[in-house]
Order: sequence, then C-alpha cells, then structure tokens
Amino acid sequence: MLDLVWLVVVVPLVSGLGLLVWGKEGDRVGHLVGTVASAVAFVIGLVAFVQLLGRPEDDRSVAGTLFTWISSGPFHVDMAYRFDPLSALFVLLVTGVGTLIHVYSIGYMAHDERRRRFFAYLNLFVAAMLTLVLADDYLVLFLGWEGVGLASYLLIGFWQHKPSAAAAAKKAFVLNRVGDVGMALAIMLMFAQLGTSSIQAVNATVAGQASESVATALGLLLLLGACGKSAQVPLQAWLLDAMEGPTPVSALIHAATMVTAGVYLVVRSNGIFDAAPVAQTAVVVVGLVTLLAGAGIGCTKDDIKKALAGSTMSQIGYMMLAAGLGPAGYAFAIFHLVTHGFFKANMFLGAGSVMHGMSDDVDMRHYGALRRAMPVTFATFGLGYLAIIGFPGFSGFFSKDRIIEAAFGESFWVGLAALLGAGVTAFYMTRLMVMTFTSPKRWLDDVHPHESPRVMTVPLVVLAALSVLGGVLVLGGWIEHWLEPVVGHTEHHELAVPAWGMSIIVTAVVAVGVALAWSTYTRSPIAGTAPADADVSVLTRAGRHELYGNAVNDTLVVRPTRHLTRVLVFLDARLVDGLVRGLADRLGDTSQFLRTPQTGYVRSYALSILVGSLVVVLALLAVTLA
Amino acid sequence: MNEYLTLSMILFTIGAVGVLVRRNAIVVFMCVELMLNATNLALVTFSRQHGTLDGQIAAFFVMVVAAAEVVVGLAIIVSIYSTRRTTSVDDASLLKL
Repeated sequence: MLDLVWLVVVVPLVSGLGLLVWGKEGDRVGHLVGTVASAVAFVIGLVAFVQLLGRPEDDRSVAGTLFTWISSGPFHVDMAYRFDPLSALFVLLVTGVGTLIHVYSIGYMAHDERRRRFFAYLNLFVAAMLTLVLADDYLVLFLGWEGVGLASYLLIGFWQHKPSAAAAAKKAFVLNRVGDVGMALAIMLMFAQLGTSSIQAVNATVAGQASESVATALGLLLLLGACGKSAQVPLQAWLLDAMEGPTPVSALIHAATMVTAGVYLVVRSNGIFDAAPVAQTAVVVVGLVTLLAGAGIGCTKDDIKKALAGSTMSQIGYMMLAAGLGPAGYAFAIFHLVTHGFFKANMFLGAGSVMHGMSDDVDMRHYGALRRAMPVTFATFGLGYLAIIGFPGFSGFFSKDRIIEAAFGESFWVGLAALLGAGVTAFYMTRLMVMTFTSPKRWLDDVHPHESPRVMTVPLVVLAALSVLGGVLVLGGWIEHWLEPVVGHTEHHELAVPAWGMSIIVTAVVAVGVALAWSTYTRSPIAGTAPADADVSVLTRAGRHELYGNAVNDTLVVRPTRHLTRVLVFLDARLVDGLVRGLADRLGDTSQFLRTPQTGYVRSYALSILVGSLVVVLALLAVTLA
Repeated sequence: MNEYLTLSMILFTIGAVGVLVRRNAIVVFMCVELMLNATNLALVTFSRQHGTLDGQIAAFFVMVVAAAEVVVGLAIIVSIYSTRRTTSVDDASLLKL
C-alpha cells in the first residue's frame, strides 16, 4: 500500500470531479459517493500509516514520482510525492476529520438542493490538501496550496446568493493571493539560487549552498505565504468573514485543515528556517501577535462562529510560535495542530448543531440553557471545551503545555505571553460555554431548540473522544520520536521550573481565566442585545472590530490603490487617449476642410477643370517663352 | 489662316462659357460639342498650315470619340430625366459627402 499512497489524492479528486459533472441523477446519492471517497482515502492512509509504523525507524519515508511534470532546460519538476512521518500524520488528520465532517454534512446540508455540489467541493478540498501534504516538490506543494485556496473560495461562497458570503469568499481569495505571491517568489528564489525546487534537496542544501541572507529571504517569503493561508497577522482579516460559509466548511477549512497548511509549510521547510534565525524570530513574533490578537477577538464576539474563529486564529498562533522555536518546537507545533484539529472541528460542528437547532441564529445573546435542549451537543462541546482550555488530562493540556514550556525555553517574555494567551483562551471559551449552554434562556420567539439527528451527533461523539484522548500521542515522547526523521532531534531546554511545576502554573492561569469568565457572565443576567460600542471598553471595541484589521487594510492598501488607479485612469484618459484622439481629431478637421470644394455641382467641377487647364497652359507658355 | 483660328477661339470660348453658366444638361451638352468642334477646326487649320495630315487624323478621332460620347451622354441625360423629371445639372448634385 505504501507505493500506492498517492491514491489518497486520486480517489477524492476523481470523486469530486465526477460529482461536479454528474447530472441531476447524482443528487440522490452524490453525498454518499463523496463521503465514501473520503472514507476510502482515510482507509488507504491508515493502512499506509500502519505499514510505515512497522518499518525500521530510519526507513520511514517513501518517495515516488508519478510523472515528469515540467522539463525545460535545467528546470525540471517531477510530480513527486513523499510519505514520511509528518505527511502520514497530516494524511490521517485531513482524511479522518474530513470524513467525519463529510458524514456530518449529510445531515447539515440535507435540505440544500445543491448538496451534491457541496460534497464535490469538499472532496476537491480534501484532495488539494492531501496534494499539499504529500508533495515532495515546492511546486507540487504550490499546486495543492492553490487548490486549497480555490476550494475554500468555492466553499466559503457556497451560499453565493448572499452578498455577504460572496464578498467573504472574494476576500479570502484575495488575501490568500497576497500570501501566494510570497510563496511563488520563494519558489523562484529557490530555483535561482539552488537550481531546484525539490523540498528534500532545498532543505538539505540551503544551509551549505546559499548565503544566510538568501535563507532569510526564503524564510520570510514562505512566512508570508504561511500568514495568508493560516490567517496570521497581518493577513488575518479573511478568517472571520469566512464564517459566512456553511458550518461544516468552517470546521473543515478553518479548524482542521486549511489554516494548518501554513504551520505545515514552516515545519516542512525546517532546513530553511534553521538556517535563518531572523526568519525564525519573525515566525515567533507573528505567532505571538496572532495568538494574542485572536484571543482578544474571541473574547468580544457575540457570533458563536466568529468567537470560535478568533480562537482558531489564536491557536494557530500557538502553532506558529512553536514552529518558530526551531527543533525545540516543531514536534509540539504538529502535536498541537493535531489535537486542535480534533477539538476545534468538534466545537465548530457543535456550533453548527446549535445553529441547526436555533433556526440558524448565530448570536450567542439569543442562546442560553441549551444544555437541556441539546444534551449530546452540550456533552461533546463540553469535552472540546475542556480540551481547548487545557484541563489536565485532556489533549489540549498536553499540547499547549509543551508549547508554553518550549516558549519559556526560548525567552521568558515569549513564554509569559504564551501563558497569558492560555488564560485568555480559558476566559473566552468559558464565556462561550456560559452564554450558549448554562445561562438562563434568552431565546427569540418561534425558536424551538432540538437535538440534531444522529448523522450529525455521531461525528461529534467521535471527535469528542479524540479531543479527550489525543493527548496519548505525546506520552513517552512518542510524537517527538516519530517526527524525528523529518524535523531533527528535539532538544529540551532545562527550565528553572520542573515540567510538573510548569503544568501547575499553566493550570492555575487557566483556572483564573475560567473563574473570571464565570463570575463575569453568571453574576448578572446577559443582555439579549449587545451593549452599544460607546458603552464598552476600548479593548472590547477593538475586539469587536477585529482589531481594526479591515480598517488598517483599507487605509494602507485599498485606498492608496484606489487613488493610484484614479491617477492612472486620469493619465490614460487624458494623456494617452488625448494624444491619440487629438491626432485623429486634427486629421478629421483637415479632411473636413479639404472636403469643402466637393459640392456635387458639375458646373463648379467644370470651372476648376478650366482654371486648372488654363494654369497648365500658362505655365507651359511661361516655360517655353523663358 | 488667323481668321480660322480666331473663329475657333470664339467658338471654344462660347462653348466653355456655356458649359459653365447654363443649367440645362442638353444645352451644356451642346456647348461641349461646340468646344470639341472648335478644337477640330483648330486642328485642321494647323494641319493645313504645316502641310501634314496629323491634325486631320486627330480631328477624325475627336469626331469618333464625340459620337461615342453623345451616345453615352444622352443616355445618361435621358435616364436622369426619367427618374427625376429634370434636366438641370444642378439638381443632380448628390455625389458628395
């Protein structure tokens, strides 16, 4: 099966394309076909993973070439794939969580008449993401990268009849393009400097063959790409708007897979980043800023999906931070990515289930007391909640703990910021739990909350179980050991505080966050409408406006570009067109003048002939006489 | 000989002025004939003066061409008259922008 591992890409790709061209007859079974395709990919991935597990440690990497993609002079790109411990984890995460989301979507999209198309897009998305993680060449990776961008555009804008969804899709696409420019430039630079774009070759040779400035440039360009895909500051603005898509899309794209692509890219390019300390520092800074910004946004949003989106930003910030720490953090970044994929997908799907019961209302101020109305959703969401805040024993506890530890190993201040982030995470997640499930009900009229059908709750239960148990991956240092062939040996910094002491500190900070949120939101009843902007603190206002990310983009990019466009249009219309049109006009005027002798009167023509011949005769006479 | 040439000049001038000032197509046409024949007279006179036959041969050619021209010209005038009910050359002034 290891030699056939490329089938995990082909199966969903063929299914997705097939579903798109299949006519109306496909509507009855299209969703099943899509789900089965994803499940088949998962099974293939699982078998391949088990086989990889059975191999000796230094032989856990299978590379292959499907065909030569481009061959032109010295430029040679193979459609090459590599299945190694890192890709294996991603394949399992993408296909596993992806399949559960497919199953959930069967129920969630049951009443949508374009369900077949939805599943086609989901399959295309999974195929693109798998291409990305299996690629052994940056250009092939870029193919998957763009495929993910396209699929996310199609899915975010799936309800394209809503102008807001269409705009959100466009925004996601454009902001991703900004990052893609960085990615494309990085690939060009690789080829110019190293003569290849193979991931293995580039990462092996960059330290020896290229100067540090080239490595830094590569690192920063890749980081730009990663920022776009992973919604990191400064390219974060699309993520919150992307919640316009159907909720399973949010779970698939914005929790478990797409946004993790940036983290994957940084970890995969560890050779480049290890050779470029400046770029690594940039990754840490981006991660930290996003971590705190996302947490801030999460605290203030009343829209349940946007609160979760802020949380996603923040958690991806954690992963970026860890990835920027170098070999000390790579494994933990991936570990947190996997556990986050479980619990965030769980919570997004849970939020979808809540919306399903609340007539698609997303405002948490209209929720409350859903604990009794939706026991299964509450239970699974609660487990995800405990996992994300890092309740001891749950998966998030292990993964976040490790990152904070590694951050303290890097620098005290970085560690402190990460620790603060953990406290804020606890705060906004508790707020979300209280407002949605435990506080007194504030339902609107005509809303009758009910538990979702079995096809939606079963994936929730599975994901909840994974959120709880995901932590076992780190027991005995398994994940560090497993990823060692890819990212190198993980060094442990000796901290002043022992590991268990660190855990206690983190747990204490989390407890403070929980207690703070609990007391804030249970002491007084929650208003059914949000307080006006003028009545809330500056921080809350900033969070509500997504830290003014849109305003910043508008001022720094959109408006100057518009002005530039206006100037260019003016120059084009007045200068270039003016010259061309002016020339034409002058020619026209001259013709108009020359036209006047043409009267149509035969007699005037006769007169001119007479005058003409007289002139000729006189001229002849003058010449002969002279 | 000068008398012949003077007559030719007078005839030619009458013809030319007639072409320029008259509106009736038939009259214009007759004036053109007058100009042609004035030229013929000049050619024949010069032929006699020089004692060669060149001018006379040229005069014959002019007559043949004039005959052909009459055929075509009159046909045009007739067809204009049949469509427009007029023979004024100023009314047939559509051939312009």
